[in-house]
Amino acid sequence: MRVGPLTDSCYTIPRMTDLNPIWDWFRTLHDTTGINLTIFYDPFDRARFFNGFLTSLRLMTVCLVASVVIGVVGAWVQRARFSPLRALTQGYIQFFRNTPPLVQLYFFYFALGSYLRVTGPTGLTVPAVSNFTWAAIGLSLYAGAFNIEIFRAGIEAVPRETIEAAEALGYSRLKAYVYIILPLAFRISLPALNNNLVNLVKTTTIAYAIAVPEMLYVANQIWSDELNVPEMMNVLLVIYVSLVGLLVLVMGRWERAMRVPGYTPS
Amino acid sequence: MAAWTPDQPLVCIRDVHLAFGKVQVLNGMSLDVMQGGVVCIIGPSGAGKSTLLRCVNALVPIDRGSILVEGQEVHDVKLDKLQLRRKVGMVFQQYNLFPHRTALENIMMAPIHVLKRPRGEVEAEARALMRKVRLEGKEDSYPGELSGGQQQRVAIARSLAMQPDIMLFDEVTAALDPETVKEVLVTIRELAEEGMTCMIVTHEMGFAREIADEIYFTDRGVVVEHGPPAEFFANARDPRTRQFLSQIL
Amino acid sequence: MIPNATDLPVLKPFRPGAPLPGGELACAPTFRFPSPHSRSEWRGEGNLDTCASASAWGASAPPLTPAHAVVLVMALAIAIGIGQAAAAPAAPSILATLIKWTPLLAQGFALNIAMSFLAMGIGTVLGFVLGLALISLHRPVRGVAWFLTEFFRNSPWLVLLFYCMLLLPFELRIGDTIVPLPGWMKSTLGLSLAVMANVAELVRGAVNSIPFGQWEAAEALAFTRLQTLRMVILPQCIKRMTPPWMNLYAILTVGTPLASVVGVSEAMTLTGDILAAENRSELLVPMYLYLLLWFFLYCYPIARFTVSLERRFQVR
Repeated sequence: MRVGPLTDSCYTIPRMTDLNPIWDWFRTLHDTTGINLTIFYDPFDRARFFNGFLTSLRLMTVCLVASVVIGVVGAWVQRARFSPLRALTQGYIQFFRNTPPLVQLYFFYFALGSYLRVTGPTGLTVPAVSNFTWAAIGLSLYAGAFNIEIFRAGIEAVPRETIEAAEALGYSRLKAYVYIILPLAFRISLPALNNNLVNLVKTTTIAYAIAVPEMLYVANQIWSDELNVPEMMNVLLVIYVSLVGLLVLVMGRWERAMRVPGYTPS
Repeated sequence: MAAWTPDQPLVCIRDVHLAFGKVQVLNGMSLDVMQGGVVCIIGPSGAGKSTLLRCVNALVPIDRGSILVEGQEVHDVKLDKLQLRRKVGMVFQQYNLFPHRTALENIMMAPIHVLKRPRGEVEAEARALMRKVRLEGKEDSYPGELSGGQQQRVAIARSLAMQPDIMLFDEVTAALDPETVKEVLVTIRELAEEGMTCMIVTHEMGFAREIADEIYFTDRGVVVEHGPPAEFFANARDPRTRQFLSQIL
Repeated sequence: MIPNATDLPVLKPFRPGAPLPGGELACAPTFRFPSPHSRSEWRGEGNLDTCASASAWGASAPPLTPAHAVVLVMALAIAIGIGQAAAAPAAPSILATLIKWTPLLAQGFALNIAMSFLAMGIGTVLGFVLGLALISLHRPVRGVAWFLTEFFRNSPWLVLLFYCMLLLPFELRIGDTIVPLPGWMKSTLGLSLAVMANVAELVRGAVNSIPFGQWEAAEALAFTRLQTLRMVILPQCIKRMTPPWMNLYAILTVGTPLASVVGVSEAMTLTGDILAAENRSELLVPMYLYLLLWFFLYCYPIARFTVSLERRFQVR
């Protein structure tokens, strides 16, 4: 059963009718205490919110992956011998670090987006890039700038003696990079990287400002309809804190597993 | 608990046991330090020497046994630890000076804030102490500007400012360059000659032989052998002692 | 930097249990004070790189030479030029429009800065208290402090802002006085909650990075725990905390435009209003770039200053 044209997503709703007893409990909760959690007992709101949740997850995943890729590529470029390229990367990093991500997003969506219009099927111009894509691009570039610095610091933290030893053993520059430097640099930069990724996940909420139907936006729609602001805000807080907390836990585990005894600050 | 008299040992350690997790660090240590005496504790690494000193100072609790300082049980839960630490001074291997204060202030801080003595009096005494450890002129230097040996001497002066009855030295020269080791040892010897009771954990065998009244050799958490230095170094009885001495001398 | 044997321990990363030259443990694992965690945990927040070495983890800022200034001006000029080219011939030039609206934008930006100062101030004070609670000896206090810190660190800032805007009353009645709570004040409070949690984590990390020997030495000198904190530990922490704290401020400043989403009339909102009033599509790119430039010119010197501070304090 597809959700109607009101939401932008293509996700089908799972068979939630099997969980009716749970939904009814929330309805009685509303009847008895006045706590109005329509996202549980009202099928339409439930669908909306779930799709918003999935959109949030999708945005978070895309941004996480893209920003890490940008970080790795950028760290590589920063070591290039061609200095205009280095200057360009440095300019990109400083720009994205010292300006507000919200304004960057607006710039991409409204300013750049106004130039990138194509003619739609009706003959009117429509944006060529959807707001979800702009949000993904903007947030990935933002987090990517931080990641480049993090990876660069990790690479620089690998002691020169280790690299010399690798070269003395006959490793070429590329081989040394792949087998010696990168693994060590990755482990060294893992705490800061995890930090940044957690922050990225939290920053995805600003996509609300350009009407990406992620969780905050959908919650806004719901509380405008149902007038249950406190309940929705609390649900949002709980979900976000749990999501981020889960990510922190997983990242912490991974960090501990990757730790080199006696090498990385333990 | 009978009042302590100077003919009894100042520090009396009996059958102390201590385990960290699965490792038995102290396995029945017993030790006596008479007033005015200098006791040197030597032994291989991991023998629990530093830990023993920390137990005397109540920085580390023990599992079993008793430690009496001036007749008072150190590991009594009702003990006022601050009282104890006014009697027992400790100097650490890593000096542990407070880096954000000058050398003089490091020495003055504790008497002013802990003993609540007036500042003028404390300052005069602190300057005298700096003279005593031969660091006159360095009063306004920060620890970061001093060499290792100088820092260690400031640390000794800092502990002396509390006018303790006994000083504990935990391998104080182990982290120093060979040139600076001597200046610290000279300071400690002068202290001992003035009659300060000292418990010294050290690897400097020559120094131990020269200054100690009694040498204790510990291994794996127990005292293997002890005796006056002349006897100890010449006629060690226990084979473990002899093996250790042959390795280092 | 390979630490010398005679280096001050305060400059070395703390590693309890690391074997000393003599082979014994550097310190006894049973502590009087809660065990300083064996790593200097510097998890930062809000894209905070609150690692002890802020430059290592990303607060690097290359010096701006005149060449850079030329490039920046050229970029802005090109943007304006493109806009100009696309403009209707009778309309006033883009540059003139930007200049015309600058005073209004300055007012909005001033509100951003004011919010950032206020939020930073309130958040730092609260965060300090919370940070001290995080290292308390009493488990319940530590637990509550941990919960609060984790909760506010893990909440997205925009959600916190929404929460404060919608659920805080628009005026407070204390006895007979009525204290109005304007929108920007509520946003500031929301932001200061986030800052509070981050500062608490900074404080905890800084205290944990002080070598255990300092606690031992103070204890051996019969200092009480409060005296130790006040006279030995916290003064050393202030220096360590300053670069990450400034980093936090920069991130807070670039976070203040979030208040525009919840209706506060600051620089971002005003930019939107200006664009709506002018109703010229070729003004979009230059206007947003102009706003970005304002923030860049404010935050970049802060980043540079932070790096220089960090180099001066030289704590790794």
